[in-house]
Amino acid sequence: MTWLRALLLALCLATPVVALSPDEILPDPVLEQRARDISAGLRCLVCQNQSIDDSDADLAKDLRVLVRERLVAGDSDEAVRQYLVDRYGEYVLLNPRVNSHTILLWIAAPVLLLAGLGTLVVVGHRRRAVEAGLSAEEQAALDELR
Amino acid sequence: MRYLLFALPLIALVALVAVFAFSIDRDPGLVRSVLIDKPAPVFAMQEVPELGVPGFDTASLKGEVTVVNVFASWCIPCRDEHPLLVALKEVTGVRLFGINQADAPENARAFLAELGNPYDAVGTDRDRRVSIDWGVYGVPETFVVDPQGIITFKHVGPLTPDAIETELLPAIEKARG
Repeated sequence: MTWLRALLLALCLATPVVALSPDEILPDPVLEQRARDISAGLRCLVCQNQSIDDSDADLAKDLRVLVRERLVAGDSDEAVRQYLVDRYGEYVLLNPRVNSHTILLWIAAPVLLLAGLGTLVVVGHRRRAVEAGLSAEEQAALDELR
Repeated sequence: MRYLLFALPLIALVALVAVFAFSIDRDPGLVRSVLIDKPAPVFAMQEVPELGVPGFDTASLKGEVTVVNVFASWCIPCRDEHPLLVALKEVTGVRLFGINQADAPENARAFLAELGNPYDAVGTDRDRRVSIDWGVYGVPETFVVDPQGIITFKHVGPLTPDAIETELLPAIEKARG
């Protein structure tokens, strides 16, 4: 019987690892889901490449509780994010916003792609123009110079 | 023109190496506070019972330059930093307020009894809400607030003699105007 008990105990411990502790979870599943979604996008400033949803740091726990409090108080998701951005800066958002100092980050890849495609098109045109030889007008102009 | 085209990748590479070389010593853990040049947050903190100095709030920051230091008895680097704060208070006489973060009052009292209390006021922030309003993410942190109540400087982590000399003292001077 001992081994069965040990097995049961082991199974109890084999729950998925989340930083969230049971006392933090909101009774309202809709609000709780919103809180989880917001938390997943907020950086834990103590362990900088984890979200506060993943982190066990004290600050992450405080911020998770804070997110839930704001939601219960009736804040929108965006208002909750802004609340934290006002205190910790945009660095707290794992997904940067589009604005004047992050625009380069967002547009660099598509712009480089377009520039590359543009270069290919221009080079292709030039090559074809050279292969096609002189147009009638160009030939006429050349003859005139002679 | 043709040569330029060939040189371009090389120039780009050199520029990139230069950028990396300059930022290799930068500590990515340091995040510039968005609160700099903004008014201090709205808050009110109770005193630590029986400590003998009052708590403080947003209004009490006005009138003169204040150095606001976030500390806790459980914070090991605070212990290293503390003698520097005592010396800072003695030398400059600057108004020094403490935010005692997530601490039991008896531990805070014992910490200051052992190492000396340079603070003119200490607010107790047991649930860290005031610290969060100040954008604090590690203890210790030190702020300079000017006479209008605007945050002008922030230092993350323990102060060092060098940081006090080259950063904190100039920031205090500047805030004094």
